[in-house]
Amino acid sequence: MNLNVLKYFPVMPEQASDNAFTYDLIFWWITLLAVFFATVVIILVGFLALKYRRGSTADRRNPIDHSKTLEYLFIGVPTVLALFTFWWSMNEYIKYRTMPKDGIEVYVVGKQWMWHLQHTNGVRENNKVHIPVDTNVKFTMISQDVIHAFYLPEFRAQFHVVPGRYTELYIKPKRTGTFRMLCAMHCGTQHSEMVGQVVVMSKKDYAEWLANGGDDKDVAMNPVEAGKKIWDSKNCGSCHASVDTTRGPSLVGIFGKARPLEDGTQVADSTYVRDSILTPWRRITKGYDPTMPAYQGQLVEDDILSLIAYIKSLSNTGAPGAKAPYAPTAPGGKKNLSGSGPNSTERTNASGSAGMTQFEEGASKQ
Amino acid sequence: MLTKDHKRIAVLYLISVTFMFLLGGLAAGLVRLELTSPHGQLFTSEQYNKLFSAHGIVMVFFVIIPGIPAILGNFVLPLMIGARDLAFPRLNLLSWYLYVLGAIIVLTSFILGGVDAGWTFYTPLSSLYSNSQITLCLLGLFMAGFSSILTGLNFVATVHKMRAPGLTWFKMPLFIWAQYATSLIMLLGTPVVAITLVLVILERTLKFGIFSPELGGDPVLFQHLFWFYSHPAVYIMILPSMGVISELVACFSRRRVFGYEFVAFSSIGIAAIGFLIWGHHMYISSQSTLQNIVFSLLTLIVAVPSAVKTFNWSMTMYKGSVQFTTPMVYVFGFLGLFLVGGLTGPYLGAVAADVHLTGTYFVVAHFHYIMVGGAIMGLLGGLHFWWPKMFGKMYSEFWGKLTALVVFVGFNFTFFPQFILGYLGMPRRYHYYYFAPEWQVYNIMSTAGATVLGIGYLLPMFYLTASLIKGKDAGPNPWGAKGIEWEHADSPPDPHNFHHTVVVTEPPYNYDAIQDNDEFRKKWGAPPVTYKEDNV
Ligand code: HEM
Ligand SMILES: [Cu+2]
Repeated sequence: MNLNVLKYFPVMPEQASDNAFTYDLIFWWITLLAVFFATVVIILVGFLALKYRRGSTADRRNPIDHSKTLEYLFIGVPTVLALFTFWWSMNEYIKYRTMPKDGIEVYVVGKQWMWHLQHTNGVRENNKVHIPVDTNVKFTMISQDVIHAFYLPEFRAQFHVVPGRYTELYIKPKRTGTFRMLCAMHCGTQHSEMVGQVVVMSKKDYAEWLANGGDDKDVAMNPVEAGKKIWDSKNCGSCHASVDTTRGPSLVGIFGKARPLEDGTQVADSTYVRDSILTPWRRITKGYDPTMPAYQGQLVEDDILSLIAYIKSLSNTGAPGAKAPYAPTAPGGKKNLSGSGPNSTERTNASGSAGMTQFEEGASKQ
Repeated sequence: MLTKDHKRIAVLYLISVTFMFLLGGLAAGLVRLELTSPHGQLFTSEQYNKLFSAHGIVMVFFVIIPGIPAILGNFVLPLMIGARDLAFPRLNLLSWYLYVLGAIIVLTSFILGGVDAGWTFYTPLSSLYSNSQITLCLLGLFMAGFSSILTGLNFVATVHKMRAPGLTWFKMPLFIWAQYATSLIMLLGTPVVAITLVLVILERTLKFGIFSPELGGDPVLFQHLFWFYSHPAVYIMILPSMGVISELVACFSRRRVFGYEFVAFSSIGIAAIGFLIWGHHMYISSQSTLQNIVFSLLTLIVAVPSAVKTFNWSMTMYKGSVQFTTPMVYVFGFLGLFLVGGLTGPYLGAVAADVHLTGTYFVVAHFHYIMVGGAIMGLLGGLHFWWPKMFGKMYSEFWGKLTALVVFVGFNFTFFPQFILGYLGMPRRYHYYYFAPEWQVYNIMSTAGATVLGIGYLLPMFYLTASLIKGKDAGPNPWGAKGIEWEHADSPPDPHNFHHTVVVTEPPYNYDAIQDNDEFRKKWGAPPVTYKEDNV
């Protein structure tokens, strides 16, 4: 018999990151426990049922109907194993939920029914994300409508994407290739259509790809420029000048710093900025009245991300349009948004290729 | 239909729950059929979503939650404690009417356009983004919720007030303990979900901002409220079944349940801890890591009482006289499925593993093993056990055992492949999977298994019905069982249950009359029995 038939019965997805390995280890550890206990119970039940079946001549004298020792054993052993499993799994989980300080950041917006992704230099993608290998990639995610779940099975990574609040997730790809991006939270009619790809490239290829404006050659403005445009059209600058005025506090240099508020202080991170735009009355900067209008309902999540990028840029160098903090420097420097420069060098690893061809076909089926 | 007799109401429930089970099963069959192809060709996505929502809603709220309490509990609970009826017979009838009314409203909502938000109704999908008949459906579930509150209230009052003289708490059968714990959960938990459903209705109709951020609400709040009820509800589904299994194991091993007190207390313990671990449904929902730590710890700990119960049921056979009747075969089936269901719980309790598995078919497999494997096996086992008492007729043992086997095999074939599908990353509620053709093998296996399982679930309807017409008379105690319902009532019992007032003097499961166990008997104040050489 040819063992190749096993390839039609896969049991686990590839491991494309370090945590995939540790998470699988925990998985198999629990499997070991489960198989052990199942065996014990099956043997116990089988043995007792047969030995003491009605009519058998087994010795039934001095039956016991409880036993402290056994009971303590039944309680003790599972408890110790449960505690150990808890401790181990928690440690690993915390490790992968503590966001790294370095690496790149990608924004994810979930909408019914697609994934929209933005790189910090303005390259945008739909249902696909290109990322470099061996780099911490932090996804900052928000939903425009219902709850979605950003699920990357090959990276053993998943987190909910919630409307009205940013959630985070990071992965560190350890090999190049194309992997799956799924939505694992029922989000309405075309939930099953919300699938995409994660393309992990070598660092060099990624830098080139990014500098060349991604896959989409007539890419939109970079988010700092887009943010500036929204800033101007909504007249944000009429109150928020380059220095604090009586009308409003300046936003130059605030990003990432603690803000003095009426009720304590708070670090001006993405969530803070977003909330201050949508519901400004909730957090008033010391010395100001709640005069800022709420922009809830007037801006979509993409706009808010652009505004955040713009405000961030005000903090980096003080000059609008400055380089976004995470953007890697492309070799050769200059951006080439319209040219047909060296194209993205996607590689599909051997085992994934058949499936991914199917994927491409399917994606055009609507 | 105006009867206030708990036994007749139980039969009314039996008929209505069976009807709903058929509908839910039909929907499940269609869902499974659709998934044999990676492209989803039979239904549109919208129809598919409505199908699995209908399946989940019907099965959870109209089959599993009322199942054992309303059918078996209603019938045997008063009999087992020597009472003439439940404490509030009229309330009991009202609760059946609420069940039927709720069912009619929910089915109407399916006919008028269906519901596509799944049985969990996560906001804001259910409150603002779904155009389906959610308001009507929730109204129906609200009714059904009241039905289960009334049943719970009735059982608690009955157990407290109507026990036969001499039946102290620790002489009660374990089934009663399990029903009591279940009723407490129903009483405490159901109002929370009822109010939550009303809040969703308010947000849908009057645009109250409760759950949707656009209206200033919190989308995750719904999950907290929902799981605060629905996690304990899992125990509403499984505890009664554990109670049934305790009865059957004792009867057909001719032994007192091993560690009686522990089993009794663990029912209450599980019910209590059950209220503290709802957060394990929300590890990745953006609740804080500290919350995850607490919930994960409690969740992994709650596995322990269930593990101990399993050991205790097994040990009950030690030095017993095991009889392989149909109900006992169901006990073995239950143990097998409950074992798999229980042992796959820790994967989802351990956060690191859960991150990959939550929202996938692994979860679908796990909860079917527990809820369907555990609860339906218990329901079928209990039904076969008490059938002679309910109708005074014996069914065909051959068909009974064969069916139990078919159900067990079909079940494993249906749901085991889904564990692998989940680990491979197939999200639940996916209509198609053209991007992952390697999932198809397991889906086909699962659907094939579901066909076998479906046949297994249909068979009892035939031979049990047939037994009513041409079954042998059962007599009051065909199994030679201990227990008030067997020793003091006719089969079927007459309208007042007993001809005389029952006085309890014996310890529970006093099967040891044929065994020597002086210490045990001394403890319960029963006279010692001399050991007989031939104890068969
Ligand atoms: C013949 C037996 C059954 C089969 C073949 C079956 C099959 C399925 C399948 C394939 C799904 C997944 C649908 C999806 O995620 O796309 C599902 C979901 C579900 N099933 Fe069953 N099922 C059966 C019996 C039951 C029973 C007796 C219950 C009662 C507790 C039940 C409760 C559920 C629930 C609550 C869901 C989740 C629905 C949702 O995601 O909204 N099932 N079932
Ligand atoms: Cu989604």
